[in-house]
Amino acid sequence: MTAATARILDAARQGRAMAWVLAIMLFLTVLATAAGIGTARAAAALGQALAGRATVQIVDADSAARTAAAARVLAALRQSSAVRGATPVSRQELARLLGPWLGDAARDADLPVPALIDVDLADRADALDRVRTLAARLAPGARVDRHGDALAAVGRLLRLLTALAAALVALMAAASAAVIVLAARSGLEAHRATIEVMHGLGATDVQVARLFQRRIARDAALGACVGGVAGWLVVAGLGMQASGSGSQLLGGITLGQGGWGAVIALPFAFVALAALVARRAIMRTMGRQL
Amino acid sequence: MAGIVQFENVGLRYGHGDEVLRDLSFTLAAGEFYFLTGASGAGKTSLLKLLYLAQRPSRGVIRLFGTDVVTLPRARMPGFRRRIGVVYQDFRLVPHLSIADNVALPLRIAGVLETEVRDAVREMLAWVGLSHRADARPPTLSGGEQQRVAIARAVIGRPELLVADEPTGNVDEAMAERLMQLFGSLNGLGTTVVVATHDLTLLNRIKAAQMMRIVDGQLHDPTGALRFPPGRGPA
Repeated sequence: MTAATARILDAARQGRAMAWVLAIMLFLTVLATAAGIGTARAAAALGQALAGRATVQIVDADSAARTAAAARVLAALRQSSAVRGATPVSRQELARLLGPWLGDAARDADLPVPALIDVDLADRADALDRVRTLAARLAPGARVDRHGDALAAVGRLLRLLTALAAALVALMAAASAAVIVLAARSGLEAHRATIEVMHGLGATDVQVARLFQRRIARDAALGACVGGVAGWLVVAGLGMQASGSGSQLLGGITLGQGGWGAVIALPFAFVALAALVARRAIMRTMGRQL
Repeated sequence: MAGIVQFENVGLRYGHGDEVLRDLSFTLAAGEFYFLTGASGAGKTSLLKLLYLAQRPSRGVIRLFGTDVVTLPRARMPGFRRRIGVVYQDFRLVPHLSIADNVALPLRIAGVLETEVRDAVREMLAWVGLSHRADARPPTLSGGEQQRVAIARAVIGRPELLVADEPTGNVDEAMAERLMQLFGSLNGLGTTVVVATHDLTLLNRIKAAQMMRIVDGQLHDPTGALRFPPGRGPA
C-alpha cells in the first residue's frame, strides 16, 4: 500500500498518551541500564584492583625487633616465587594513614605502630598460603590480610545492585511491551469499522498490521526521543558528578564506550520492540476474526 | 453459462440462536443480474454477508468462482474479496478520507500503481457525477452522494461479482433510476450483480433481471422468473 493509504488511520489521541508513557518508561530504563552497567564495571574494577594483593603486618612492641623482623620478611618475600613484588609501607605513609584518628601523635617516633609490607601475589593458587607460612616462620605473630577480604561485602553489594538493575530493565521492557499491546488493541477497537471496510475490500492482515505498526512505531519514536535524550542527559550529568567526586569507588562507576553504546542504542531498540510487539498483537487479534 | 456462486444446503445461525437462513440451495450464473427481495428481517443482509465473505455459514457448502469458500483458509480470503464489489446499506465510507481516497481504496489495497489509481478514480467520480466533490469528506455529502461514492468504490476494481444492499434506499427516484443504469451498464460489461431491495418497482428497470425472494430465511421463486430457481443449477 502507498503513503496515501497510510492516512486511513485517523490521528487518534491515544497514540500521544502511549508516546508519553513510553517516554517515561524509556527514561527509567536508560537510568536502570546505566546504573547496572556502571555498578558492574565498578565491581569488576574493584575486584581487579584488589585481586592478588595482600598486606603483611608485623606487630612487636620492641621497635628494633620489629624492624629486624620486617627486614627479614621483606627479603624473604622478594625471593619467594609466590610473590611478584613486595614494598614496605614507609613510616611517613603510616603516619598519614593514622593521622585522621591520632592527629599529630601519629608522627611520634615512639608510637609503636606495626610494620606493614604491601605484597603483589604471583598468579598461583597457593601464593597466599605460602606468604602466610613464610611470614609465620620469620616473624611469629605476623598477620597476612588479603585486600579482597576487606571489601568483599562492597563487591557483593555492587553485584547485587547490578542484578537488580538488570531485573528492572527486564521489567521495564515487559511493561513497555504490555503498554504497546494495550495501545495496539485499543487502536484496533477504535478503528474496527475502518478495518472491517479494509478487509471487505480485500486487504490482508499484513496490510492492516503494517498501518498500525507504522503508527505505533512513530508514536514510540516520539517517546523514545524524549525519554532517551532525557535519560542520556541525566546519565551524563551523574557520570560527571561521580568522576569529580574524588572517591575511588564512585570514580570507578563509569559506563565506558560499550556501556554508552548500549545506553544510546536503547531508544532505537525500544522503537524496534514497539513495532514488533504491535505487529504480533495486531496479527494475533485479527487472526481471531473472519 | 457457468455458475459463479453455488449454495448447497446452506444454513446460518448467529451464536446459539435459531437459524436465520435455512437450506439455501441455488446457483447464480456469471454475467446475470439478480434482485433479492424480502421483508425486513427475512435474511437478505445475512445472505449478502455470505456472498461477500463477511460471514461463514453454520452448515452447507458455498462455492464462489468455483472454489469452496467455507473451508477456505483465512489467508486466501482477501484474494476472493478483491473479486467482489460491495455496496453496503450504511455505505461504510472512511469519514476522514476524501471522496477520491475512499474510491481509490480498493485499487491501493490491490497494489495498483498510483498513476493508474488517479486516472481510474477521476473516471469513476465522473461516472457517478461527483467529480466536483473529489476532495470533500463523506460527512459533508448528502445520503445520495454518499451512496454514489459507495457504488464508485464498489465497482472501481471491475469486480466479477457486485453485491449491493438496498443501494437506492437513500436516493430519490431520479437518482435510483440513474444508479440502476450504472449497475446495468456494469452488468453489460460482464459483472454478475446481486441487488437486495424492498423496492419492487426497481425490478422493471432491468429487463433481463431475475428475482429471488427470501421469506423467513428460506429462498423462494414466487414468480417462476428465475432461470435457475432454488434447488436447480444451470443446465
